[in-house]
Amino acid sequence: MNNPQRSLFFNVDWIAVIIYLCLCTIGWFNIHSAAFDPRYPSAFDMHTDYGKQLVFIIVAVSLAIIILLLESRFIVALAPAIYAITTLLLMAVLVVGRNVGGNQAWISLGGGFRLQPSELAKFSTCLLLARYLNGTNVKITELKSFLIAAGIILFPMALIMLQPDAGSTLVFSALILVLYREGLSPYFLILEGLFITLFVLTLKVDNHLYVIGPLVAIALIVMLLFKRNKKVVSTVFLGLCMCIAFIFCVNFLYNHILKPHQKARIDIVLGITTDLRGRGYNVNQSKIAIGSGKLWGQGYMHGTQTTYKFVPEQSTDFIFCTVGEEWGFAGAVTVLGLYLFLVLRIIRIAERQRSTFTRVYAYGVASVIFFHVVINVGMTIGIVPSIGIPLPFISYGGSSLVSFTLLLFVLIKLDSNRMGIIYA
Amino acid sequence: MNSFFVRRYIIAGIFTTIILLLVAKLFYIQIIDDHYRLYATKNVLRPIKQYPARGPILDRNGKILVQNEAFYDIMVTPKEVKPFDTLEFCKLLGITKDEFDDRFQKAIKYSPSLPSIFEKQLSAETFASLQERLSEFTGFFPTTRYLRTYPDSTAAQFLGYIGEVTDRDIKRSNGRYQPGDYIGVSGVEKAYEDVLRGQVGVKYTVVNSHGKMMGSYENGAFDTVASPGERLKSSLDLRIQKLGEELMKGKVGSIVAIEPSTGEILAFVSSPTYDPNLLVGRERGNNAARMYKDPYSPLLIRPIQAYYPPGSSFKPLNALIALQEGLITPQTSYYCTGAYKGGLPRCDEPHGQSDLARAIAVSCNTYFASVFEKLMNVNGARNIDTTFVDWRKKVSRFSVGQRLGIDLPNEGKGFMPTAALYNKTFGVGHWRSNSILSLAIGQGELEITPLQMANIECTIANHGFYYTPHLIKAIGDTKITKAEYTQRNYVGIDGQYFEPVINGMQQVVESGTARSSQIPGIIMCGKTGTAQNPHGKNHSIFVAFAPRDNPKIAIAVVVENGGQGAWYAAPIASYIVEKYLTDTIKRPMDEFNRIKNANLMPDPTFYYSQIKKEAARDSIRKAKADSLRKLPAKKSVSTKSKKNNTLAYLTTEPGRRRNNE
Repeated sequence: MNNPQRSLFFNVDWIAVIIYLCLCTIGWFNIHSAAFDPRYPSAFDMHTDYGKQLVFIIVAVSLAIIILLLESRFIVALAPAIYAITTLLLMAVLVVGRNVGGNQAWISLGGGFRLQPSELAKFSTCLLLARYLNGTNVKITELKSFLIAAGIILFPMALIMLQPDAGSTLVFSALILVLYREGLSPYFLILEGLFITLFVLTLKVDNHLYVIGPLVAIALIVMLLFKRNKKVVSTVFLGLCMCIAFIFCVNFLYNHILKPHQKARIDIVLGITTDLRGRGYNVNQSKIAIGSGKLWGQGYMHGTQTTYKFVPEQSTDFIFCTVGEEWGFAGAVTVLGLYLFLVLRIIRIAERQRSTFTRVYAYGVASVIFFHVVINVGMTIGIVPSIGIPLPFISYGGSSLVSFTLLLFVLIKLDSNRMGIIYA
Repeated sequence: MNSFFVRRYIIAGIFTTIILLLVAKLFYIQIIDDHYRLYATKNVLRPIKQYPARGPILDRNGKILVQNEAFYDIMVTPKEVKPFDTLEFCKLLGITKDEFDDRFQKAIKYSPSLPSIFEKQLSAETFASLQERLSEFTGFFPTTRYLRTYPDSTAAQFLGYIGEVTDRDIKRSNGRYQPGDYIGVSGVEKAYEDVLRGQVGVKYTVVNSHGKMMGSYENGAFDTVASPGERLKSSLDLRIQKLGEELMKGKVGSIVAIEPSTGEILAFVSSPTYDPNLLVGRERGNNAARMYKDPYSPLLIRPIQAYYPPGSSFKPLNALIALQEGLITPQTSYYCTGAYKGGLPRCDEPHGQSDLARAIAVSCNTYFASVFEKLMNVNGARNIDTTFVDWRKKVSRFSVGQRLGIDLPNEGKGFMPTAALYNKTFGVGHWRSNSILSLAIGQGELEITPLQMANIECTIANHGFYYTPHLIKAIGDTKITKAEYTQRNYVGIDGQYFEPVINGMQQVVESGTARSSQIPGIIMCGKTGTAQNPHGKNHSIFVAFAPRDNPKIAIAVVVENGGQGAWYAAPIASYIVEKYLTDTIKRPMDEFNRIKNANLMPDPTFYYSQIKKEAARDSIRKAKADSLRKLPAKKSVSTKSKKNNTLAYLTTEPGRRRNNE
């Protein structure tokens, strides 16, 4: 510990690193299968996605090593600066960005490379949030602190929404778990869960009076049961009012704000419409791919859906199809298990910190990774609207791999210093 | 500090629960639900039908009537097309630049990455010159398809044609046919569809998400091979079929020739005819539409669908029935003054005293009117309705007014009047033998098909029985041995009564009405007929069989508006008989050419007026480009108008006769 060179690798959380390497490797093999091009049979050919992904992995691992060589305090001190730069990039992308697939999310760096500031924003937001909550007088239970913390999260969300990139925007909502861990009232979580349920119900049920009616009935029963307890009655009443307001908001949002393609995606997931040739095509083909895997899968490079390219975007957003089809239920559960193990490991890492900074940051990392996994996998099996966000470490793409590596290895670096002095 | 420490478990719990939810859903779609495997297989497997070659059809001597010939479609996959010399390509295909652009745009519109047809059905010769250059034009490639070809362009109505299956065909076939398949629509192609079709094979091909072929599935382990259709040997004799079509050029009518000893049809001419090659290939739609509009209805199968009054050719039949009844003997004679009882029907000249044979030879109307009167009044003049029913039954045994059951679809019955019809026309009990005297000479309401005429001659040639006429001798290498084709159909006339009638028929050719149609060295027995009809000249009819002993061919010829039977029908029949029996025509060619070159096509204006009426009734059907497929097999306008005409007979002639009484 006195010898920084020795502590560099001594305190590194090897379990997290091994999971990381496993996921990268699984990712590469699945991209190889999904993007296989018989014209370039070599696995290292730079014309192909798997060839490029190999380079990205090497770059990412190099980056990881560099991060481990950095000073922790350096990272902590730079948090506001990184956040500011990210904010500028997010603004810049709206002006000079390249439009790819309807989203103005990319800044071209020349030489075929391009940067996606929203990927970086996840990292910088976690970092600044950690830095802020680390402050001595900051208590999330206080309104002022809560508002500032919420502001740190909402500001990049608003900028990304302007691109508009709904997927990346939603990722930030996962950070509510961080706030919860730091003392935010559980009502927020309950309310969020309630709102999601109401959202689905409102859109599924034609006449929203059918949703409001039972809701009012339940509220009245609860209020009658606890009529002595004024606090319960007022809370329930307040909640009821919010729920009803929310239902009308959802209706308004759905009917007047959402764009047709976004509505269509939601409709398909909720089973309101089935459009297997048009907007529902991806999800349907993706479900077919995964479903055809059965228990043990069709075998590496033998999935027909994968080989004959029935699922669009299969090496990026729909990479989980390849896992499901070629490695079956066993493979899919293994991958999900690795992710669960990783996020639980990160929670364990978080809770062994002495510094609030690292803990908050760790929860941020866990929330972001977890949200990505749930939304991505949920999308491929059709229980979540198709939102284009990558599967961490597995999906093809340099931007995504590098930013997740950054996210994770900064944590591992901070964690390796957990016994040392905290400089924030 | 960490007062919220326990919340780590809540968060971990949320993570775990949600992941387990995903696992549960995965378990459902991967393990429990079996549909997805099926869908995935369906996604990539394309069963490609392997069409078998349709069976060829031969004539009785093994000459080819219809077979399959390879044609080449030029396909294009727009995405794979690389820049090339468009002008050169257009020149090779013989199209203009505009046509090229037009077609190319169409192909792109269909699909940029799937092949579509660019140029259809190039012949082998055209393709040969293109083939070696085709590799220069990336994205264009040929596919082979087989089409029906008719080397002699003959027997169109007999062979019929094929067309794409209709929705109804598909529904009725229990999955045997699918859209785009071909099926026999008429003629032998339809009647023997089951054997001609062959067995469709399936080749499973793997396709990618763009429908592009990626190779065979499991190295073809599940593929089935297409087996070609059977070769049909028909009973038709190409020599006389072609001769018949040549002689009938410029005339409306039919020729049917049958081998009496087997019932095999030797010639089946329907005129005007068409080149069956026109109903194949690129111009099929246009040609079909034109034929459909043609006032002379070339698509009508006249030998089995056109109805004609048999005229005098019907007389031997009445004679046979009267002989069988014992009402006359061969020696029974009547005196002809030129008209029956001084009224109708008339004869062309007074024939004086005739016995049966002479009456047949000179076709004496008076004689046969007398015989018919005897037949009708055998139970007393008042009981004519029951007598008529009895007579009708006897005539019907010759299959007059009935389908013979030939192995062709849409055979017509002809028309044999019933007692009920006369009761309706004249009132019950108000008609006598004189009211229906036209039947004595094959006129009036009676209408039969040329096939039925020929069949009656078979019966006479066989002395009292016929075999069901049929077209096909053998399927593949096995001779057809259907029971119904080898079974004798007796008509209820004893053999002994045929000799006197045949004697008369021999005299017809030797010294009677058809004496100019004698064939040197062959004894032909025949009977002329001159069928009256209201729109234009009489129909020329001749029925015959030859040789007299051990007959080899029975024939019926109808030439519409050809005048007397001896003018056209008899010589045409004699040429065909001569050709069939001796393989040559030794008589002077002047007469032959006169017949061949005669143009007896009726004035089309009459036909056009009928067509217009038809069109007004069903303008939609007419508008269809490929109307051929929808053309119902029914009587043509010409025969339909004849039907109306018989009603005119009913209303006018009997009244006149009554005045005569």
